[in-house]
Amino acid sequence: MRASRGRVSLGESVLVHASLLLAVGFAIYPVLWVVSLAISGDTTPEPRLLPLPEAPTLDHFREVMTSGAGGQGSGLFWKQLFNSLVVSAATAFVGVAIAIPAAYALARFEFVGKRAGLGALVATQMFPAVCSAVPLYILLDGLGLLNSRTGLVLCYATTAVPFAIFQLRAAFESIPIELEEAAMVDGATRAQAFVRVVLPVVRPAIAVTCLFAFISAYNEFILAATLLGREEAFTLPVVLQRYVGEHDANWPAFAAGAVLVSVPVMVLFYALQKHLVAGLTAGAVKG
Amino acid sequence: MVIRSLWILFAVLLAGLTCSAHAEASVEADGRGRPITLWHAYRGAEQQALQNTLSAWKLRQVETLAVPYDAYAAKLAAAIKLGQGPDLFIDAHERLGNYRSRKLVAPVGDALSDPDAFLPQAMAAIRHGGQAYGVPLSQKCVALFFNPTWVKAPPLYLEGLNAALRQPLPTGSFLLAYENGNAYAHAALLHGFGGRFLDDHDGFAFLGPPAESSLIFARDLVTRGEVPENADGALVTTLFRSGKAAFAISGPWLAADLSAAKIPYGISVLPRLKATGQPLRPFLTIEAVMLTPRGAARSEVRALARYLGGRDAAKRRQKLARVDSARRDVVPDEKDHVLRAFRQQAAQAVVMPSSLAMQAVWEPARRALRQVLSARSDAGPALRQAQRRFADVRRPPPAPRSPTPWLLALGGLMLLASWRLYRRARDAEFREAVRRSMPAYAYVIHAVIAIGVLVVLPLLAGALIALYAGQPGEMYFVGAAHFLSLVTARGGDLLGSGSFYVVLFVTVLWTALNLVCHLAIGLSLGVLLARPVLRGRALYRVLLIIPWAVPSYVTALAWKGMFHRQFGAVTGLIHQLNRVFGTEMEPIAWFSRFSTALTANVATNVWLGFPFIMVVTMAALTAVPREVLDAATVDGATRWQRLRRVTLPMIRPTMLPAVLLGAIWTFNMFNVVFLVSGGEPDGQTDILVSEAYRWAFTRGAQYGYAAAYAVLIFFLLAGSTFFAARWRDRASSREAALAGGVS
Repeated sequence: MRASRGRVSLGESVLVHASLLLAVGFAIYPVLWVVSLAISGDTTPEPRLLPLPEAPTLDHFREVMTSGAGGQGSGLFWKQLFNSLVVSAATAFVGVAIAIPAAYALARFEFVGKRAGLGALVATQMFPAVCSAVPLYILLDGLGLLNSRTGLVLCYATTAVPFAIFQLRAAFESIPIELEEAAMVDGATRAQAFVRVVLPVVRPAIAVTCLFAFISAYNEFILAATLLGREEAFTLPVVLQRYVGEHDANWPAFAAGAVLVSVPVMVLFYALQKHLVAGLTAGAVKG
Repeated sequence: MVIRSLWILFAVLLAGLTCSAHAEASVEADGRGRPITLWHAYRGAEQQALQNTLSAWKLRQVETLAVPYDAYAAKLAAAIKLGQGPDLFIDAHERLGNYRSRKLVAPVGDALSDPDAFLPQAMAAIRHGGQAYGVPLSQKCVALFFNPTWVKAPPLYLEGLNAALRQPLPTGSFLLAYENGNAYAHAALLHGFGGRFLDDHDGFAFLGPPAESSLIFARDLVTRGEVPENADGALVTTLFRSGKAAFAISGPWLAADLSAAKIPYGISVLPRLKATGQPLRPFLTIEAVMLTPRGAARSEVRALARYLGGRDAAKRRQKLARVDSARRDVVPDEKDHVLRAFRQQAAQAVVMPSSLAMQAVWEPARRALRQVLSARSDAGPALRQAQRRFADVRRPPPAPRSPTPWLLALGGLMLLASWRLYRRARDAEFREAVRRSMPAYAYVIHAVIAIGVLVVLPLLAGALIALYAGQPGEMYFVGAAHFLSLVTARGGDLLGSGSFYVVLFVTVLWTALNLVCHLAIGLSLGVLLARPVLRGRALYRVLLIIPWAVPSYVTALAWKGMFHRQFGAVTGLIHQLNRVFGTEMEPIAWFSRFSTALTANVATNVWLGFPFIMVVTMAALTAVPREVLDAATVDGATRWQRLRRVTLPMIRPTMLPAVLLGAIWTFNMFNVVFLVSGGEPDGQTDILVSEAYRWAFTRGAQYGYAAAYAVLIFFLLAGSTFFAARWRDRASSREAALAGGVS
């Protein structure tokens, strides 16, 4: 069995790597322009194919990291980075925590209102939020959650929940029910079977939903700028957006900030991606 | 172990959130009395100058908040209405009309104790109906920058720019750079030709010979290659900074940028037009401190506003931020040529109208301008179309209707629903079903509450606005009037530009193209990356999610830059190909044709979205048991057959939600359209949701109409998903029946 999978011809391997490299080129080429802008001390507009920086400098990065009302060394940037990370991680955690039981029920139980609930869940995604910002603001004010990161986390998390529920429900449905039944025959309660047997198997789906919730919260700025009331509470995208004014924008600083901001996401993905392999442990369903 | 680490994470997050909440509380506690809050959108030197002036004011603690410009107006409107806003804020006078109509500002009262100390144009800008609605701080307009390397002395006439050069410019350089596709920058030319955007009664005046001459003049500058096409502010700055433009028309922001980079430059007032003998007169913006109704009632807030507008603060600001003061008695230093030029220019500028009608001018004017600049239309027809667009946006809102029939219908529906509920509740079978459902409800109840309160409730409230018209704060019921006018294309041609049906077609096309490309790229990469033997798999994975990881605002603009006809990377590629193969391909003007503009949008959005599908595919593939694939191999299936017949059908159920939601999100993905093509050419690449946003935010805050768009979008999406699901059910049941028949 191992042999049949291990045999990969050289030609095929070359082809796979060639297509992946092509895709990587497509993926990073525009970002290289952003990076080039971020480290260029000077830019000359001319049609160029290669995003090579001119007069390379780290000034823009320094500018972004020491930004804030206090000026040099106020540490505001790090505080805001911390805000971003805490808010996004909390969003992922809360969102997935809300979604897991609901998705499990939707996958495993029959109940009155299930179809309507599923329909309503998709429906929430169909409404463009053109006019709901002000109602949301009034609502959060009424709940006393305005100007707090907790309120922001709740908003983000609830927006991430519908996708998380669908993704997790599909994952729960894809695992055979025998798995839980076997555990319960062995003396586990339903909850124990769920935590010990089912959750580890849907790890890939949890990883994806976490990543999704994290990234959408991490890059959002309109809601964050509207709902947060103090600079120390701002998340990084809000701060970056400040480089764009009415008439002009500090694009090099914005680009440097964007590059900095994306590093934690890539680190997070690197950490998560090992959960994206082999969900079903070999032989788990052989019984 | 996983569980334990999750709990630790939860505890850490809780600690992080609460320690910050604690900090918030402590700020409230100290400080004598309520501190004064001030919001602004300044940054850089202007922000520092503001902080500096505030730190010199000792009367009361002042809390400042720097808000991103993009979120400024929305945040002000939402917060002030709830009494959560600032006491005072700094903004440009041209938004006063909007703020006044929404009662976000109050007359400043004794905050403006010495009106005569301010320049007359500044006082004119903030006055309305005999009341002053702001304390002027600074004035901003564009002026003429020149590069002393190329230019001897600034010329008297715009037509004489060439003659002012020391030597001919090298190829690839431009005589003049300005934001020619922008109606704000075009205003200087228009006024020079004796035209204007609005007449004294808020009527559309961007018409007739002066307007046409100004457009033709602007177009000729581009066709002669003297001015770069489609230049935005950033391009003007980089062209001038790098010495590739001898002149530039720009504002104080360029001066700040050049001074910071220690680049030598000269500055003077805008030249005259030989054609009319008149000077170019730019629009003038007065930045002012405005008081919210709550702030205006507090004497210490008015005192702060008075201080900020006063002589000392103005001097400080002028010295630190180097922007021209709006005060008579704060005169630029004798040696400061930059500020002196700006003051001179401001004296012969046109104060920008602050009425609501002005908001409705920008978009039609910009479209007309771009049509003429890209030679898609002549000046006359383009302007007449702009006038029709203006009239369309400005036409009076629908008449108020009585809500009684709607309330009766609603009441009837509710009666019907409760009767049905009652009938079902009496049904023993149904009661039994509900009883059996109880354990399941325990799993979903928190999700239902969370989504119900924080998602559904705001959306419903937003949707209800579709039945109302008028300015926010004084909306009245109009029933289905908005929907009627939408589905009848506002009484115009049903298949005309901007009609609901045309935009719907573009939206569907946009969604379909994106969906196909997302799936093709995302699925193939997901399958490739899931290969058990692949060297460097982790590295590939991380590199391939980069488009998703980097904030999309900046990458979308990078894409837009790549498609610039004169400076984009695509043009670089074409030049490179021409060099290598000796061909003579012309650079493509991506945003002047529908097909190419849509391609640019789709390319950007596919790039932004494929990593999502890729990651979802990878997750779905983990659920395909190896045994099944191995069994297929043993049965002699080829690799392709295994993929088609085994893998894809097995991951389909797991992929389906992501694909369905992805399609819905694409349908409503307005920021790519906004940032890349901006609707160019002439609004043809706008999709339904970007139209909705235009009605809400650039066409005079017609929230009711925008909400009607949103509701229609909802019903379209809901309808199509419903029918797709039914069709799929029927197809699968037919399949099942077929299979049954065979066996």
